[in-house]
Amino acid sequence: MPLIDYIPAQTNIGFMRLRHVTFPLSAGIMVIAVAVFFAFGFNLGIDFRGGTLIEAQSSQERAELGSLREHLTDLDLGDVQIQEFGSPRDVLIRVGEFGTTEEAQQAIIGKITGALGSEYSVRRVETVGPSVSGELVRQSVVALILGAVAVLIYLWFRFEWQFAVGALVTTAHDIFVTLMFYSILGLDFDLTSIAAILTIMGYSLNDTVVVYDRIREMLRRYKKMPMPEMLDLSVNATFSRTVIVSLTTFLACLALYLFGGEVLRGFSLAMTVGVVIGTYSTIFVAAPMLIHLGLRASAVGEKPQPKAEEGEIIPPGVDTSAIEATAPVVASSAPAPAPAPTPAPAAPAGGAGRRTGKGRGRPARG
Amino acid sequence: MLHFSRFKTLAILGITFLGILFALPNVLPNSVVQALPHWLASSRVTLGLDLQGGSHILLEVDGAALRKERAEQVRDEVRKVLRDARIGYTGLAIRDVTVQLRLRDPADTDKAVAELRKLAAPITTNLLGGGTGEMDLTVSPGSDGQVSVSLTEAGLNARVRSAVDQSIEIIRRRIDQLGTVEPNIQRQGADRILVQVPGLQDPQRLKALLGQTAKLSFRMVDQSMSPQQAMDGRPPVDSEVLRGQDGTPYLVEKQVRVSGEDLTDAQPGFDQQTSQPLVTFRFNSNGARRFATTTQDAVGRPFAIVLDNQVISAPVIREPIMGGSGQISGSFTVQQANDLAILLRAGALPAPLKVMEERTVGPSLGQDSIEAGKTAAFVAAGLVAVFMLAVYGLFGMFALIALAVHITLMFALQSILGATLTLPGIAGVVLTIGMAVDSNVVIFERIRDEAREGRSAISAIDKGFVQALGTILDANITALATGVILFLLGGSGPVRGFAVTYILGLLTTVFTAYTLTRLMIAWWVKWRRPAKLPI
Repeated sequence: MPLIDYIPAQTNIGFMRLRHVTFPLSAGIMVIAVAVFFAFGFNLGIDFRGGTLIEAQSSQERAELGSLREHLTDLDLGDVQIQEFGSPRDVLIRVGEFGTTEEAQQAIIGKITGALGSEYSVRRVETVGPSVSGELVRQSVVALILGAVAVLIYLWFRFEWQFAVGALVTTAHDIFVTLMFYSILGLDFDLTSIAAILTIMGYSLNDTVVVYDRIREMLRRYKKMPMPEMLDLSVNATFSRTVIVSLTTFLACLALYLFGGEVLRGFSLAMTVGVVIGTYSTIFVAAPMLIHLGLRASAVGEKPQPKAEEGEIIPPGVDTSAIEATAPVVASSAPAPAPAPTPAPAAPAGGAGRRTGKGRGRPARG
Repeated sequence: MLHFSRFKTLAILGITFLGILFALPNVLPNSVVQALPHWLASSRVTLGLDLQGGSHILLEVDGAALRKERAEQVRDEVRKVLRDARIGYTGLAIRDVTVQLRLRDPADTDKAVAELRKLAAPITTNLLGGGTGEMDLTVSPGSDGQVSVSLTEAGLNARVRSAVDQSIEIIRRRIDQLGTVEPNIQRQGADRILVQVPGLQDPQRLKALLGQTAKLSFRMVDQSMSPQQAMDGRPPVDSEVLRGQDGTPYLVEKQVRVSGEDLTDAQPGFDQQTSQPLVTFRFNSNGARRFATTTQDAVGRPFAIVLDNQVISAPVIREPIMGGSGQISGSFTVQQANDLAILLRAGALPAPLKVMEERTVGPSLGQDSIEAGKTAAFVAAGLVAVFMLAVYGLFGMFALIALAVHITLMFALQSILGATLTLPGIAGVVLTIGMAVDSNVVIFERIRDEAREGRSAISAIDKGFVQALGTILDANITALATGVILFLLGGSGPVRGFAVTYILGLLTTVFTAYTLTRLMIAWWVKWRRPAKLPI
């Protein structure tokens, strides 16, 4: 037996009603996000801007940032940033300048390592030339777009276009919020950030797909239930799973953030935020959006191989096309109780009898 | 869904066993792995440069320098051809990749063009000499005795290609001299070379070795005027002013008497009188002969040893050097002498290389990252384990066993494929742990749902697995789509390292979280015949 049972197995929350709050909220956040991008911009790392980064560790207990700064300013290298990195012993030196040539960058590394002298040991050197950084920007944007297209095609193929569009908008929402986070906190935006964003995209999609999968199943099962009610039912049915998975992923990301070391800190912080956003958006953006995208039961085709469920819900002999034809009308009359499909008179194989008396618009809850 | 044929059971257990076998070398101490018999798996996961320390350097062949050099070469050839054919001309000049001249007598145009066309060579695209039919230069007559010789784009590209090939060979020779472990040197795109050298203590030295073209030449010092006069006025046509290591100017003839290509060996050594570090060298027979004639004719005159347009030393020839060997003494440190010997032995690069991108991680940082990654992985695994056991009890235990196999399989696959585990790769591992847990949660929640709808325990379990499969596949395939695109577009950097473990992880999750868990639960069902679900 499980030791705890904190997570309510059965919930009955009216998520869809909340969309009147969450849609404006999300839309507002999107607008703020765009404003933030313009106001704060991004703290582009050397991957995208070109430049040089040197991580050094002092042999002393504590690195003297002040004297180091003086030393390096004397070198006249232009824009030099020096900061503590992780521990008081470690310093991160960044020299980033637009239009610096590759040759000049190599000279800069030589000068800085010379100036660091024997008191510091150089732990990491990264240089990205101006032409490479341009290519990395292009590559990353292409990767993001192609990733989105691949997902769109797959979901369209497996589900319906409404699902594909819904998943895409939700993912875009999550990416925007994450980017806003990067922008406001001034986190270094580099290749690792792209990895983080693509991971968040993957996570958010995974979350959305699991819920969409259930919605599609419910659509097939309860063809006459009004859309908001059906979506609430689906989201509630997957709610415990959503919470458990979000919690575990959140814990894993938190562990990565706290113990994963300085290099991964930005990545795991973004991931931790992404998990929270992804969970929110699945429930409050992805699902309710289907209502506005005009999804209806008739849009969902039968499964390739009909399983026992269909037989349970649609009594044999009833013209399926007639039910489907009435579905749009039903879907539009949101609060009205759905006409209940009659339970199957003769239960087909596979223990379908269990649903006797429950084959209403909504299954009775235990 | 709970029935497994004997074959299937064996296959699942077999895969699990093989996974453990292949992952095993990663946890065994080195001495044990060495002692293992040959037929046993002994390859380990290769750690990325960010974990074990090392340098990742992306170099680009300097195409502009290559073009300029080729154009100058063609200009010299044109001059020689016209001189040999006794055709008068004026205004021989290079404009970008075209050599232009004007014939003194426009009537010579046809003859000149015919002679110059002999310079053109067909472009060979591969080792078998399969040509495209294109020539590397075109000769076109203009009006009024004008003739232009143009380098074709195809010809220049072929030159860049072969320069990259040669450079890779020479870089390999240079790095091999450093005596470090297996460098990875590969071509990237049309004109780039990626060099990855693990475990290097002094990356600056590596770059110094890679950044030098190391073109050595022996030339005579022009004494017709002083270097100062040459700099102030016009130097003689066949000479140029070059600087020494300390900036001293020298007026040196352009003509190369003996070049570095004729060296067969170079070794660092010490001067017997002053015990200054120096480099001794030996010519091949061709070089030795030319060196002998040069020195015979020029006893008492200084000659210059020039490396990459810098005069290393300009000694006065005291006696003809007939033995084909000599020594270069500049003001070297021991390491400089060492490195110069390495460069001379390995040969000159066909063109200068530019460092486009560099990522170097010192060994101590790599070690710290491994430690941090391990701690994070253990803490994450611990948290997940406690959580799963708390929520699902026995089934949580099954999920954890599956999770352990998942991690084992990932290491096994990485070992077999020779994939490289980088720091973002560790992040990928941690993330797929989350995905694996998700698959199990989807299944278990589904089973709970089915039980709530009135099914018996066994029927609910059966149904739960059936229903969850579609969801798990959809979720993983969508994730896989992004993973594959990350892999394809991630270049060679951190994104790719992440994508590798992400993809492998997604593949093994479906096997462990779905199939393996199902097998364990099927056994348990068979054994206990449960009437009530433990979750």
